[in-house]
Amino acid sequence: MTEIALQIPNLKAIWPEMIVLVTGLTVLTIDFSLPRLNKGFLAFLGALGLAVAGIVSYQTLLLDVPTEIVGLTADPYAQFFKIIFSVAGVMIMGISVRFLEREQYHYGEYYALVLFAILGQMIMASGTSLLVIYVGLELMAIALYILAGLFKRTPRSNEASVKYFLLGSFSSGLFLYGIAMTYGLTGSLDLSTIAGAIDGRGASGLLLLALIMMATGFAFKVAAAPFHFWSPDVYEGAPTSVTAFMSVGPKAAAFAALIRVFTVAFGPVRIEWTTLFIVLSIATMVTGNFIALRQTNIKRMLAYSSIGHAGYLMIGLVVGGEIGTASVLLYLLIYAFMNIGAFGVVILLNRVGGVGDQIDDFAGLAKTSQASAFVMLVFMFSLAGIPPTAGFAGKFYIFMGAVQAGYAWLAVIGVLNSAVSAYYYLRVIVKMYMTDATTEPTLNVSTAMSAILFVAVVAVFVIGIFPEFFLSLAKSSVASLL
Amino acid sequence: MTDNILTLITFFPLAGVLLIFFTPRGNEAAIRQVAFFASVITFALSLYPMARFDRSSFQMQFVESVPWIPSWGVHYSVGVDGISLLMVFLTTLLTMVSILASWTAIQERLKEYMIALLVLETAMLGVFVSTDLFLFYVFWELELIPMFLLIGIWGGPNKLYAAVKFFLYTLAGSVLMMVAILTLYLHSGDPLTFNIQALTEASGGFSPTVQFWVFWALFLGFAFKVPMFPFHTWLPDAHVEAPTAGSVILAGVLLKMGTYGFLRFAIPMCPQVALDPTTVTIMMILASVAIIYGALVAMMQKDMKKLVAYSSVSHMGYVMLGIFAYNTQGVSGGILQMFNHGIVTGALFLIVGLIYERRHSRMIADFGGVARVMPIYAALFSIFTMASIGLPGTNGFVGEILILVGAFASEYRLAAVVGAFGIILGAAYMLWLYQRVIFNPMVSKEVESMQDLSLREIATLLPLAILVFWIGFYPATFLNILGPSVEHLLEPIRAVQLAMHP
Repeated sequence: MTEIALQIPNLKAIWPEMIVLVTGLTVLTIDFSLPRLNKGFLAFLGALGLAVAGIVSYQTLLLDVPTEIVGLTADPYAQFFKIIFSVAGVMIMGISVRFLEREQYHYGEYYALVLFAILGQMIMASGTSLLVIYVGLELMAIALYILAGLFKRTPRSNEASVKYFLLGSFSSGLFLYGIAMTYGLTGSLDLSTIAGAIDGRGASGLLLLALIMMATGFAFKVAAAPFHFWSPDVYEGAPTSVTAFMSVGPKAAAFAALIRVFTVAFGPVRIEWTTLFIVLSIATMVTGNFIALRQTNIKRMLAYSSIGHAGYLMIGLVVGGEIGTASVLLYLLIYAFMNIGAFGVVILLNRVGGVGDQIDDFAGLAKTSQASAFVMLVFMFSLAGIPPTAGFAGKFYIFMGAVQAGYAWLAVIGVLNSAVSAYYYLRVIVKMYMTDATTEPTLNVSTAMSAILFVAVVAVFVIGIFPEFFLSLAKSSVASLL
Repeated sequence: MTDNILTLITFFPLAGVLLIFFTPRGNEAAIRQVAFFASVITFALSLYPMARFDRSSFQMQFVESVPWIPSWGVHYSVGVDGISLLMVFLTTLLTMVSILASWTAIQERLKEYMIALLVLETAMLGVFVSTDLFLFYVFWELELIPMFLLIGIWGGPNKLYAAVKFFLYTLAGSVLMMVAILTLYLHSGDPLTFNIQALTEASGGFSPTVQFWVFWALFLGFAFKVPMFPFHTWLPDAHVEAPTAGSVILAGVLLKMGTYGFLRFAIPMCPQVALDPTTVTIMMILASVAIIYGALVAMMQKDMKKLVAYSSVSHMGYVMLGIFAYNTQGVSGGILQMFNHGIVTGALFLIVGLIYERRHSRMIADFGGVARVMPIYAALFSIFTMASIGLPGTNGFVGEILILVGAFASEYRLAAVVGAFGIILGAAYMLWLYQRVIFNPMVSKEVESMQDLSLREIATLLPLAILVFWIGFYPATFLNILGPSVEHLLEPIRAVQLAMHP
């Protein structure tokens, strides 16, 4: 113990975190010292900071010298997730500016909160101690509670915030309880020490209870059925840019922590929790995809769709090993591009007061705006997993893992769900390309938004057609974990 | 250039897409011409492998292979044997014909239409030239997108239902196929590969359980596409609602992808299951049911397009019958019939499209006496009617007789009898259709004012008519291409047959 206390903190391990923190604080400081400044500049600053953090993460990933500072590691696994968070963050900055301006909620704090939430996500991904992961989780969650209620004059936004807060703190409580029990049983918060303590002793009833508590906490965060009830309401009520953020960043962070905790700390009792996650995965896929079929609001539809995607991702967790874990990493990266991209088009379309949130509002978009309809088409096909888009490569990898690990039947359930999901994604395309507009949609195109959508579409095609680079990056990132 | 001829053929339509993309929306004449020339050049390019193909070899020819996704062992590898070469030729020909047929029929959103057609061509060609399962699957699924748009945007009144149904049915089948492909891949040995030839060779080592599941999963993927009875319900909807060119491609090429899949994957990679008497019996029953059911339902149709659509179900039944007869006559007849069906049914959809453009109706009852106002049309129609029935001298005869001989030589003689009976039904519905539309007394004034075919329209049908007689009188040109590939396909089957019945 004394050794750790005397060690000079190796700050290299937390460069990306520090960059994000400093950027966030800078944004805050600039905002209240120069209140007249165009808030777009703050978004730009935030995006810049995140881009640098992403690049630094990538560099560290390549170096592959895991550096550690108490409770935080900078192994390639964490770095890969930090890249995902940075990418998602940059995209969120880009799609938010014009939207918040239009809705007249353009506060500088928004950008700072997004940055702090991303900081929390990064801590979750690199935490090697349960308590550190918890701190990251709370940092992220608190920022998100505020962001969800950003539109303070809109009742739905308030509702979303309160709902998210209540259920979020409940799940955090469960998670914390699980941590406490694990600590009581093993005497440690450090993941590998826990594994050592469990190993050989097998699973006691209390340990299983702790495990279930923590799994439930995570299931809430990734909106896995039957703990998903908050998500459609929150997604619908929150400002669209925040919804876009919530659908990707927190989900990826929760998966990052979930996989690390269960693979490292609870690795020895893998058999005990595999069944649990198989059940969760099937329930999540079926619930998400089938309820999404009946949605008329695009944000709710995407909420259920994202529940469905959490189900596919859990297959990767069940499979585990190099291929299972790497497939989750790759899928989350792809998911960031396609899902935020899809929300970007929703933002393009919607006008003050929630008009444009209905799937019907997409009618005839292909005639009024060729480009945005095409972009949405690409994202929808990618979410449905049709080649040559990235969504296909991601799903292919997940199901490959399942078949290899002997879960071919689970893969069959997965692909059938994916076929069902095609129906509700097609509905959007049908609206855009095959029906006539009922109202003249007014698009709010900004340079930042166009740039983000352009990059996202290119990324969806590039990862779809040439996945090798991203694939091997994901593969090499998981080695440190296994 | 000749080293990469297949890549060039496959992706040349995309060059057309690029040019069309930069053509201003208003300039419709230019868009049509660019699309047409792109398809003509693609067709011309596809003549090169036709001419230079070594007809004495079963080997994949004009092969190219470069690593694509090394982590998964995926290669971009293409090549053709006799079977796929014929399909490539059919695809380039029918795409060209389809674009010509859309000249005046498509007025709305022409640019997107031509782009969709050309992307579709690339996807279809890719399916037939791929020698890597992953690549094959990518093209197989990619083809869904443009076809979905073609039906959904330029289709008839009930287009949305038809387009979504088409997409979902085919997708449901093909996602299961994906699991089958993954299973094959993971059993391919070390290193893991998607290479079709390597997988076929490794198939001997697959356990019966693996073969069982893989075969039936592949079956679902292909059966939806063929479509085999009872997986055909999407087909009439899709055909009726699709624009003419969409129907031509759908019937002409897309359905062939299903039977091609059986020939290339399901049968060679799971020989034990494919040869199992139970499997063959099931296939023979499904094929026979399709033949009779398709014909009977076709006979009852009031809509000409629906009639041709159901006749497709019947004709594809013959193809399946031939393939699962597992002998030289049956299999080569089946493959030739795939080609024939592409030409004849494609032509019949064009025929229906031509009078639809004039009369804006496809109801048989709305016509009658067309021969008087459109003699050239009536003459061409008669050629394709005869070919569809399988009159000697037309391509239909050669294909059907080979299939029936093959079926009769196999253990399933009853299926041959059913097939022969189906031909009679085929003659009944086609001749009855012809009689009602072309000869019966004129029922309305509108028919009287219909113009006979223009030069462009004749040019659309002429190449197909030539092929009808070419194959009818001298099928050797095409059967020679197939010969070695068919024998190679049957080789392991014969070995297994011999082992089963020494």
